[in-house]
Amino acid sequence: MDSQQIADALRGVAPEGAVEPVHAADGMPTLAIARELAPTVCVALRDRPELRFVLACDITAVDYLPREPRFEVLVLLASLGLPGLGDAPKRLRLKIRVPGSDPRMPTLSGVWAAMNWGEREVYDLFGIHFDGHPDLRRILMPEDWEGYPARKDYPVQIRMTPKVYEPLQLTPQEFASNVQADRDRAKGAPAADARVRRE
Amino acid sequence: MSDIEIPVLTTTVTKMVQWARRSSIWPVTFGLACCAIEMMAMSTSRYDIARFGAEVFRGSPRQSDLMIVAGRLSRKMAPVLRRIYDQMPEPKYVISMGACASVGGVFDNYALVQGVDQIVPVDVFVPGCPPRPESLIYGIVQLQRKIDQQALYELSSESSRVPGPRVITG
Repeated sequence: MDSQQIADALRGVAPEGAVEPVHAADGMPTLAIARELAPTVCVALRDRPELRFVLACDITAVDYLPREPRFEVLVLLASLGLPGLGDAPKRLRLKIRVPGSDPRMPTLSGVWAAMNWGEREVYDLFGIHFDGHPDLRRILMPEDWEGYPARKDYPVQIRMTPKVYEPLQLTPQEFASNVQADRDRAKGAPAADARVRRE
Repeated sequence: MSDIEIPVLTTTVTKMVQWARRSSIWPVTFGLACCAIEMMAMSTSRYDIARFGAEVFRGSPRQSDLMIVAGRLSRKMAPVLRRIYDQMPEPKYVISMGACASVGGVFDNYALVQGVDQIVPVDVFVPGCPPRPESLIYGIVQLQRKIDQQALYELSSESSRVPGPRVITG
């Protein structure tokens, strides 16, 4: 199936213009879809019997900095096909354009669970927020990192002192109270803030 | 009594301790990148670091004398490296192996520490990308020479600051 055939199979899912076949230089079937309708279209891509794109291979993004919309989120899908029924395996690339002034789109992790970590990576490196993601936090960079390194306007070389932490020195009483707080928390008692920490 | 030969060797406590320290430098098992492959090759029979008493790679920093920083160190990994170093008992030594660990190497970017001497005091820098096992063995021999000049109660983490890191070539 080429891009146009897949777009035809999606007829009725989204309003006119929300799903458009795009020419790709490598010949791979490619669709540009509107970002608000991405989960709806993806559910149809996964569930329609003639499509069945059940395998979410990858999610990534491209930053076209001077251009607007600035970001393009790429989703790579595969349909495994049913051997013997004339149903060949096929691949599909989705492009979701995201403006730089409002870098967010609805999550696809509800459609394919495999998108969970992939969207975390795109969030970590490009700063694109995925609305409705169950656990959107950094996955590659340190938790307290500032900025999104894969953006085009991010400096490659940063001169700053690497962060290390002093070893934790506790008195025996503090250690005992920490152990007690852990035991209380294991029992379900509300003692979460009783732990002594020094950073 | 006069014709009995007594096998006695006289020495000082300091010299004996220096000999004991330098003759069994046990490195911690800590490989960060491709330099670790050369580090492993160094311990195999072809290069055989056992000749210098340093062949036992310990799985615990509590039992180690030497940390070979073998490879590039990311900023996310830096606190971990510091913690492992802090867990090693004195006297402890650090070899910075290869270009990445020493100065960042080709990875001049935001994600990597540009030289592990910002994190831990380094005793010997071994250049190369990666250094051959012979280079690393030479670095360990240089470290042994350095230990031979170390005072009895001198802390390693301070001693390497005072005379400065020893840079070897070749």
